[in-house]
Amino acid sequence: MISYQFAYRRAKSLAEAQVLFANSPEAKFLAGGQTLIPTMKMRLANPPELIDISGLKELSFIRADGQTLVIGAGTKHHDVAVSAEVMGTIPALAKLAEGIGDPAVRYMGTLGGSLANNDPAADYPAAALALGAAIKTTRRTIAANDFFVGMFSTALEDGEIITEVSFPIPERAAYAKFDNPASRYAMAGVFVAKSKIGVRVVVTGAGPSVFRVPDMESALAKSFTAEAIKCIKIDADGLNSDIHASAEYRAHLVSVMAARAVKAAAA
Amino acid sequence: MAVVTMTVNGKAVSAETEDRTLLVYFLREQLRLTGTHIGCDTSQCGACVVHVDGHAVKSCTIFAVQAEGADVTTIEGLAKDGKLHPVQEAFRENHGLQCGFCTPGMIMTAVDMIRRKPQLDRETIRRELEGNICRCTGYHNIVSSIEDASKRIAGGAK
Repeated sequence: MISYQFAYRRAKSLAEAQVLFANSPEAKFLAGGQTLIPTMKMRLANPPELIDISGLKELSFIRADGQTLVIGAGTKHHDVAVSAEVMGTIPALAKLAEGIGDPAVRYMGTLGGSLANNDPAADYPAAALALGAAIKTTRRTIAANDFFVGMFSTALEDGEIITEVSFPIPERAAYAKFDNPASRYAMAGVFVAKSKIGVRVVVTGAGPSVFRVPDMESALAKSFTAEAIKCIKIDADGLNSDIHASAEYRAHLVSVMAARAVKAAAA
Repeated sequence: MAVVTMTVNGKAVSAETEDRTLLVYFLREQLRLTGTHIGCDTSQCGACVVHVDGHAVKSCTIFAVQAEGADVTTIEGLAKDGKLHPVQEAFRENHGLQCGFCTPGMIMTAVDMIRRKPQLDRETIRRELEGNICRCTGYHNIVSSIEDASKRIAGGAK
């Protein structure tokens, strides 16, 4: 399969990437390309120009202080998965990264790309929302609460590039997903975190975009055990239904994954 | 159109290509390195896996222009001086291929896997192979081949 024609530009810096975009407002930024390129090959996307930001060293870093783990938006999933800083601060995030796609995809795909694309079944959005991450861009800092707007849509404006993501280090966190055996996308994934902002239970893969489960959050705030959420059911209304799973099945999976995540986080 | 320059299997190559040319087509059609296969063309099967700067990636999901200046290794670049790479040798001895179509990608993935995880058990090998599909479903012997290869390499085979 071959995409439509486009012009390729490799940005040498974040500043140059923004200038290139200003000159070609219909352009798309190319980070890892593991979603964008397949989409272009299927001819579902037809950008006239690609601005390649994948090689920008300034976007690729991981650093941690006592409170926060900061990851550059261009950091590959593989690098997050094997990072000693990530494993030492938020091991659930390293484990999440290690479960994205497959090893070849993890060498290419990036944190920023995953968040900006906001695929309904992507893993990183669940972590960002559950941990109360701050998403820094070329223009501002956006709280994860305000970032994920809907299916494949975010608060990002045209031409705005995610530069880094700050994850407050939680007391406990874990992610459990039931993945599609072919794509490894979550049919339902649940990220559970207990931190200064309280307990958060965030679901991906089951609905049009990531969402929180307040009933589970308040139950876990009282008692952080799988037992505490055992009887809490998710309404199937509005959940995704496709050849892989019905909405009812996904609703059931959410409860099962939530219990697994709590168990892992409490361990 | 752009002139793309990279190192492929140790040799500097340069060719004019469209910006939209995927690395796999550049390798197969412009460099005539047809060992790298196109299986699904939707980033799932892994028949097209090659190494770019030492990492196993799907060459159907990267444009050739992105590999400008990169060091690329394909299945043709593994054997040295007429001697098979230990992973190739292990696939041959363990009947790690049936029709052989997925084999180049399986081997390139295996070389990367063994480099990252020198101690491999069968369960890990299966999990690491999630991006490679064998339509013959010959996974059992592929896993055995990789297990054998990792032991050969740990024992000093090159």
